[in-house]
Amino acid sequence: MESVPQFFRTGPSPQARLFFFSLLSIFLMIADLRFESLHKVRQAIGAMLYPLQKIALAPTSLYDQVETLIEDLRLTKEINYLRQQYFLFQQQLSRLQILEEENTHLRRLLSAAKQTEVKSIMAEILYIPRDPFRRRIILNRGSSDGIEAGQVVVDDLGVIGQITQIFPWSAEVTLITDKNHAVPIQVARNGLRSVISGIGSNNELELRYLPINADIQVNDLLVTSGIGGIYPPGLPVARIDKIEHDRSYNFSRITCIPIAGVERNRHVLILSMPLSEPESTTKGNAIESKS
Amino acid sequence: MPKDYLEKELPLQAKSSFIIISLVVALIINLFPLQEIMLLLRPDFVALTLLFWNINQPHQVGISSAFVFGIIMDVCNSSILGQHALAYCFMSFLAIILHRRLILFSIFQQAPQIFWILLLTQLVIYISGTLVGSYHADWFFFLSSVTGALIWPIIALILGISQKPETDPNAL
Repeated sequence: MESVPQFFRTGPSPQARLFFFSLLSIFLMIADLRFESLHKVRQAIGAMLYPLQKIALAPTSLYDQVETLIEDLRLTKEINYLRQQYFLFQQQLSRLQILEEENTHLRRLLSAAKQTEVKSIMAEILYIPRDPFRRRIILNRGSSDGIEAGQVVVDDLGVIGQITQIFPWSAEVTLITDKNHAVPIQVARNGLRSVISGIGSNNELELRYLPINADIQVNDLLVTSGIGGIYPPGLPVARIDKIEHDRSYNFSRITCIPIAGVERNRHVLILSMPLSEPESTTKGNAIESKS
Repeated sequence: MPKDYLEKELPLQAKSSFIIISLVVALIINLFPLQEIMLLLRPDFVALTLLFWNINQPHQVGISSAFVFGIIMDVCNSSILGQHALAYCFMSFLAIILHRRLILFSIFQQAPQIFWILLLTQLVIYISGTLVGSYHADWFFFLSSVTGALIWPIIALILGISQKPETDPNAL
């Protein structure tokens, strides 16, 4: 290299650089997929990117603030309404407390396990990654708020997804519509157990491997069964939309619509189950098939 | 050779601080929270900015910078680490190979050529995503390279400011 004048020194040729960096990328992809050994790297880069994400979010949050200012005018009416609701619910709550006490008493009599109390944390959607290969969202809560991988994310209607990746101030949620995600469910009407999985497209879920003669109808409500220990039992997941019986296959093709506004909400709740052991794998929990 | 090439001003070397700031701004624009259709139509600003610097300043922004920003985009998109890096490296390679030819054209004539480079880049992302088997994307996944090519003249105009000489060389 000494003989080459300064001006013409350009380092390795583009071909060599491309070869080197392609190999490095492919190596990284293999390391990320097969060995899942790059969480620390991802977390470090994610933490560095957090201020940029905040800046990107600034216009939306400004808009929100202006909106809340306008909303304030409407709030008085809402406060009155809520006050009435409060008294109504207060009365119901007192009844519920009595029932709960009675319930614990009866449970103790039956020496059944006490149902665990589920805590929840409010979170906001920070942004949606622009990768069409995966159904993910990023929330504004992270390990500094005590969030752990494996916690369940819901909205006021039902299940949205599960936390799969933790950064210091943000967390990644795999939606139930993600292709690699499965939720153990139960038909609310008759208790039939199965596993529902996303198909990667927008607002659709699929109930796979149910035999043609399974007792299932259009509009059946599917709730989490609690099997697998990640999702607490009884949360609404989806409603059956369409059942196609094709005689040439062993299984019927059942499509469902998620109950929660999986792709609509700005605010969500993160549930934490104190007794469950969170799974850190990116895949959901495909454990139980039909009975 | 296009006629107006000879009348073009000789571009100055861009400041490296300007290059870094432009890439960070592109990254922020890429992070804007958008809804369904806008999300699909949004061009990849980081890719476009990288392309511009690859074509105009290949000695300052090369395949290695493309790799670094690819990794950052992978973290942002929570895709497989290395997927965007591979695609961006490929894109920079094409841009660097073709940069002597591309700068002959005006920015509007560059747009269709940018389209093919962006399409090939997305194809790399698509193929690596499919080989990994995580998702099969619909055809409109490729629409963002069309919008990218459409927005190219604007980006080239904004980023080109840094290369204009501050004073008129003929003034004296």
